[in-house]
Amino acid sequence: MRGLGDACLERWADRLRAASAGQTPLRLCGSGSKDFYGQSPCGEIFDTREYAGIVAYEPTELVVTARCGTPLARLEEILAEKGQSLAFEPPHFGAGATVGGCVASGLAGPRRAQAGAVRDFVLGVKILNGQGELLNFGGQVMKNVAGYDVSRLMAGSLGTLGLIAEVSLKVLPVAVAEQTVCFELTQDKALDLLNRWGGQPLPVSASAWSEDVLHVRLSGAAAAVSAASRTLGGQRVDHEDAYVFWRGIREQQHVFFAGEVPLWRISVPSTSAVLALPGAQLIEWGGALRWMRGPDAVADRAVRRAAEQGGGHATLFRAEQTLKAEYGVFQPLSAPLARIHRQLKHAFDPQGIFNPGRMYPEF
Amino acid sequence: MGIDGSSALPGPVFDKDDLLAQLGKVLPEGCLLVDEEDLRPYECDGMTAYRQLPLIVALPDSEAQAQAILRICHARKVPIVPRGAATGLSGGAMPHRHGLVLSLAKLKKIVNLDPVARTAVVQPGVRNLAISEAAAAHALYYAPDPSSQIACTIGGNVSENSGGVHCLKYGLTVHNVLRVRGLTIEGEIVEFGNAALDAPGYDLLALINGSEGMLALITEITVKLTPKPELAQVVLASFDDVTKAGDAVANIIAAGIIPAGLEMMDRKAIHAVEPFVNAGYDLGAEAILLCESDGTPEEVDEEMARMTGVLKESGASGIRVSQNETERLKFWAGRKAAFPAIGRISPDYLCMDGTIPRKNLARMLKAIAEMEQRYGLRCANVFHAGDGNLHPLIMYDANVPGQLDLATAFGGEILELSVELGGSITGEHGVGIEKIVQMCAQFSPAELEVFHALKRAFDSDGLFNPDKAIPTAARCREYRLIRDSAGGADHSAPGGA
Ligand SMILES: Cc1cc2nc3c(=O)[nH]c(=O)nc-3n(C[C@H](O)[C@H](O)[C@H](O)COP(=O)(O)OP(=O)(O)OC[C@H]3O[C@@H](n4cnc5c(N)ncnc54)[C@H](O)[C@@H]3O)c2cc1C
Repeated sequence: MRGLGDACLERWADRLRAASAGQTPLRLCGSGSKDFYGQSPCGEIFDTREYAGIVAYEPTELVVTARCGTPLARLEEILAEKGQSLAFEPPHFGAGATVGGCVASGLAGPRRAQAGAVRDFVLGVKILNGQGELLNFGGQVMKNVAGYDVSRLMAGSLGTLGLIAEVSLKVLPVAVAEQTVCFELTQDKALDLLNRWGGQPLPVSASAWSEDVLHVRLSGAAAAVSAASRTLGGQRVDHEDAYVFWRGIREQQHVFFAGEVPLWRISVPSTSAVLALPGAQLIEWGGALRWMRGPDAVADRAVRRAAEQGGGHATLFRAEQTLKAEYGVFQPLSAPLARIHRQLKHAFDPQGIFNPGRMYPEF
Repeated sequence: MGIDGSSALPGPVFDKDDLLAQLGKVLPEGCLLVDEEDLRPYECDGMTAYRQLPLIVALPDSEAQAQAILRICHARKVPIVPRGAATGLSGGAMPHRHGLVLSLAKLKKIVNLDPVARTAVVQPGVRNLAISEAAAAHALYYAPDPSSQIACTIGGNVSENSGGVHCLKYGLTVHNVLRVRGLTIEGEIVEFGNAALDAPGYDLLALINGSEGMLALITEITVKLTPKPELAQVVLASFDDVTKAGDAVANIIAAGIIPAGLEMMDRKAIHAVEPFVNAGYDLGAEAILLCESDGTPEEVDEEMARMTGVLKESGASGIRVSQNETERLKFWAGRKAAFPAIGRISPDYLCMDGTIPRKNLARMLKAIAEMEQRYGLRCANVFHAGDGNLHPLIMYDANVPGQLDLATAFGGEILELSVELGGSITGEHGVGIEKIVQMCAQFSPAELEVFHALKRAFDSDGLFNPDKAIPTAARCREYRLIRDSAGGADHSAPGGA
């Protein structure tokens, strides 16, 4: 039996083969909601939205399989109907965000520290390579160690290794109860508390500190949430307000993210002390994610050094192209890692047609 | 080398005496084994059916020594087989005939344990359980708990991406490791992941997990520690029918519950275990389920009430809730002792490791029952029911000519059926040498070529653990020829585009 999808994939396969033959760079793109992310996209636009739809959804197996062009919002709606969700709470950054873009960008939202990252929920992928071959890795089961874990590798690869045509994700039930509480605290006090709470069996599902206010979200069984809420204290936030607040953090609609000043994403151990950097900061993930609005004058070296000293890394998340080109978006890789990256890129995409330069300029 | 003795690598191209002389310069006395009697204990791992003596065993006690070994070996193109505690069940640590076994057994220091950051930095030879023991003082533990946790090493766990009975809720090894430090085949130090929650570039950390010693030598690991839940309770439910037990699992998940553990055992497994462990299992049951809840006392109360409700509605014929920690551990002891219990009632057994979508469990168990008749061998089943990972334990006697072959064919058939039912040939034990043929059933030649290309990106000469996990194209052609001429089933995965 052949469906419309097969015809689409066949056309895509032809186009990929032609691109390989002519070494034509392709710019894989859903709605373009994450065009701002990574080095500036270049190449012939390849719109992935045509290949859309849920292939299979089995709530009792905790697995959903969707085509790359499926709107992320649609996927989340379908899961919500069954009381389930994508636990990594992906940001959309635009109404048309697609499932393929979500996996390729590998960005997770407020629940990351508790639930895990995109890659933690990827169970399988089908990718199209430059030869137009449809390759299947992983699958629709929770556990699978047959062969190298190519499906998780696709998460965050920014479309540089191949075209993600279809993806299977682990889904989880939505928490029965949720309560957000807030506190007035300086950054160092907030970091200290977050780390202390992190060492206790508390159902903290998100945290955000900025301008001396710490918001903490508790999610889980009703009894656990109310007990934890008593333990934590703080001021309870109304449910509607909490919803708007966390969406604002996830989608970067919170006032911290407004304006044109470059935005740095600094990933460090949660226990890193307050980073002595000149820009305003917003802290997420129990202290492990620090956003900073850097004035242009802040040389990238200071930020990258601060991140590296803490054992982490920094990304120039939003900035003008010129600045990105000058500083590079992602933290430079060590020599052996850079070599492995180049060789991996070559192994997957020998003709260099998939999003060249989107992650690192050299590949 | 392959089961059939074939190897992608040529014979030794190096001078053994020169190699030994060079290694002797970088290793302390007694850390280099060459005599047959010393090599003998290294000839196999937990998959004892496949054995091979290595050329040399080296036991470095530092990363620097391991690095020196790799440099010397790389210059001479000597195959390297990393080895942890050798509890692996797929022959992953089985030696190479012309190669060096690099044992990490002496690298067993806990380098640092940070209770505030909730991380531990450990050497690869640290035993899984030793991490939790060290963290216990801070009310923390390392969540993945393979049944072999007393013995197996964290380096082996990362290499196999091992699971445990609590991984439905707490994840597999890959979900609990933040950073892996290792050595490339050239002996260069490389770090995958870091002290933060993510790292720049490709997710090589995900790739290293489950890479079966084929991409890098792991020399240090940062693991995530989890706060110990205040309370854990387990319910032991009996069923007079395996299908009902399977449905009960689906019903629990449909009710929005993710139990801390969700395990199933069939009648044969119960009967093997009970006399051995006295766990209190119902000998009249066709299947039992173990469902665990953990968290605050309030949370556990709430979840236990919901879980037992669902189990009753699903037709459980008996339900017992652990009344205290001793009883909880007793209920689990039976499940955790399943493999040795089978070892007690049968001279030998093969442990299969397929995963299937849970809805296909009844079909699989029926097919296995039919295979038991056909092969004339018994098979007991234990099942990580929450995540669809089935361990059929095929009992045989290696001293009866032909029985190992029968058992192997029986196992192969189960694995191929797993693929046909939309699953995988291995959920947690790895491919190793054991399931290499069935890889041809799960992957197309183009997919296998991606694996080979990926391997070359790390190890261009193919020196790390040669001939394991990924079959050669030639081997798969042969496999397909035999399968097709036997008029075998079409093994392409269902639901394929
Ligand atoms: C009774 C019993 C119960 C078991 N229960 C479970 C279970 O519940 N869940 C589960 O997942 N598994 C289970 N296993 C399988 C086995 O214990 C796991 O696969 C374990 O992770 C292997 O660890 P090890 O230290 O013994 O590794 P080994 O067997 O020594 O090696 C395994 C693989 O890892 C490679 N390797 C080892 N160390 C390194 C290193 N430092 N760098 C690079 N490569 C390395 C080896 O080359 C080999 O390919 C069980 C085994 C037994 C015998």
